[in-house]
Amino acid sequence: MAKPKLKTHTIDRDWCKGCSICVEFCPKDVLEIDDMDKAVAARKDDCIACKLCELRCPDLAVEVRTDKD
Amino acid sequence: MAVKDYIRERFFPHIWCAGCGHGIVLNSMIRSIETLGMSKNEIVMVSGIGCSSRICGYVDFHTLHTIHGRALAFATGVKMSKPELNVIVPMGDGDALSIGGNHFIHAARRNIDITAIIMNNRIYGMTGGQYSPLSGAGTLATTAPYHNIDPDFDVVKMAMAAGATFVARTTTYHAKETTDMIRQAILHEGFSVVEVMSQCPTYFGRKNRLGSAVDMMKQMKSITAPIGSKAARENPEIIERGIFCQEEKPEYCSEYDKVIERATQGQGV
Amino acid sequence: MNQNIKFIQGNEACAEGAIYAGLDFFAGYPITPSTEIAEHLAARLPQKAGKFIQMEDEIASMCAIIGASLTGHKVLTATSGPGFSLMQEALGYAVMAEIPCVIVNVQRGGPSTGIPTHVSQGDVNQARWGTHGDHAIVTLTASNHQDVFATTVEAFNIAETYRTPVILLFDEVVGHMREKLVIPEPGEIATVERLRTSVAEGVDYHPYLPREDGRLPMSDFGHVHRYNVTGLYHDMWGFPSDNPDVVHGLIRHLVDKIENNVNEIALYKELYLDDADYILISYGSSARSARHVIETLRPRGERIGLLELQTLWPFPADIVREKCRNAKYIVVVEMNMGQIRQAVQMAVDDPDRVFLANRIDGVFITPRDIRKLLRVIVGKGV
Repeated sequence: MAKPKLKTHTIDRDWCKGCSICVEFCPKDVLEIDDMDKAVAARKDDCIACKLCELRCPDLAVEVRTDKD
Repeated sequence: MAVKDYIRERFFPHIWCAGCGHGIVLNSMIRSIETLGMSKNEIVMVSGIGCSSRICGYVDFHTLHTIHGRALAFATGVKMSKPELNVIVPMGDGDALSIGGNHFIHAARRNIDITAIIMNNRIYGMTGGQYSPLSGAGTLATTAPYHNIDPDFDVVKMAMAAGATFVARTTTYHAKETTDMIRQAILHEGFSVVEVMSQCPTYFGRKNRLGSAVDMMKQMKSITAPIGSKAARENPEIIERGIFCQEEKPEYCSEYDKVIERATQGQGV
Repeated sequence: MNQNIKFIQGNEACAEGAIYAGLDFFAGYPITPSTEIAEHLAARLPQKAGKFIQMEDEIASMCAIIGASLTGHKVLTATSGPGFSLMQEALGYAVMAEIPCVIVNVQRGGPSTGIPTHVSQGDVNQARWGTHGDHAIVTLTASNHQDVFATTVEAFNIAETYRTPVILLFDEVVGHMREKLVIPEPGEIATVERLRTSVAEGVDYHPYLPREDGRLPMSDFGHVHRYNVTGLYHDMWGFPSDNPDVVHGLIRHLVDKIENNVNEIALYKELYLDDADYILISYGSSARSARHVIETLRPRGERIGLLELQTLWPFPADIVREKCRNAKYIVVVEMNMGQIRQAVQMAVDDPDRVFLANRIDGVFITPRDIRKLLRVIVGKGV
């Protein structure tokens, strides 16, 4: 079975509180905190769609969609 | 359904602090319910008072936000009067085990089919950082400025001793594991307990110099290990994670059905 | 017909009244002198597929009945003094969240453990103000088993009509005394059923928006409307709010829905009030002795009458004032330090005419006690 490929990676900027959990635990260093203290998927090309950021987001702000969803 | 179908979006962003572990528990809990494909109408969520208890307001189920410590007593009334409902009770450590300790013990003893989720952040957050029965000796809190002298206890051991028939422990770092354990706890027929070790960076973390939410999650990763793992066997300081008990025993509401049967057939009395 | 006549305790009469009213769920904890209610219902409820549970304490009992009420059931708990104290926080929750439920307090002597097996009426003001915060409450009582039965049914009716907890404040004498009870045929006493919303699935339902007639239709947990129930001040959907208008509106609603219906909620009995120079006001078991005094003094030409209160809260002040307008002396007969006397004094035009005939020693007040006190109060001749 082919691994799921990233379709969209969205972060709700109103809900995100900039805690950095998604940034720190991303295995591929895709995310970073911007100068507004919000998380952004700065390097989407590196994303392997493991969804760890979505699962660990305490603010329910991250949504990762893959071609399998 | 998507995660957002299970929440009351109009109340987001939620009230919890940045990095609060309770949000991760909410996240995991919704995913477990999503994987079970349960109807929102058949779920009742009952909570008490505290940061953790605010979880009720955010989910699109029948929600009962009650008084401090008594959520399991309210939940017992809900479940027993309408056993077909799925009753989930998220509680904080102080809510469940200090003021609510007696209700916790007796809900476990009855083995009533309720899922108790203990969001253990080792502190009273809503009131500003006082020590809880799970803070443990040596910790700092606003009410323990010279270090806490109160020992803590082991939630898992207590739940098992009291008669809970499903008992598990995990952490917010292990979000997938949390989702899976809550899913199994909901499926279990009987009183199920999932202790989720959760971070309060604002009070417990700051008072005890544990760093950011991320640092606290890393610490939970390093101080825990799966039950019976090499790490756990070699280091007595390690806190074990996993399902400690999963057994079939008579469930309270089913047993009461037998009481009704005996009463209507004129037995007893 | 014969099977409908029973010779039982007042506590059993209360339990039977609750069953008649449609009780489905009881949660309680043993305590003297109310335990027989739990014992009786442990046997009776499962016979009609109702549920009985002995909880770990009175706090849990009160909480459990609130939970069970929300799934659409008629619920009851029963206790006595110390247990009633423990229930106060959850009782306030039921006031705030507008949960229909009935709480029996079979009074014993207090404070504290007090005198558990003896009579008292010392919890009258606790019933009114036991839980914290401004609120209104309904409290009913009765002096004999037929009335215990009927007021218990009425308690459930009021709980459903106004979406409120109702307290049944009995006492040890009524609870433990045995006398005749005729259980009415079904339909003989009207019973009020839960008013459920007719709002369809998918249409916005407001659990906390009163209709024009003031009633708030409910939706059972498990049904199609998912809403929030909280002890916090809340909006019409049940969600927490600290908006001053919402807070003000809710506290007014909680108080007004009871206080504005004080005359509808008022239950009382009267005896020879039309020409009475002396009026005894009493309630619960002490009203039995007061009634006896009147029945013995009337034939001797004494113009004495009785006002027996069955609704204590909201206090029927207008009714009391009206009934007592022409009386020379008003004597409140009760087994406490004058808790209802105080309410009567506030109600009548001339508080100086209001006296107290009481006993506070755990011993039942007798007609002789009352007559003795009457002689002191109104001079010889009575």
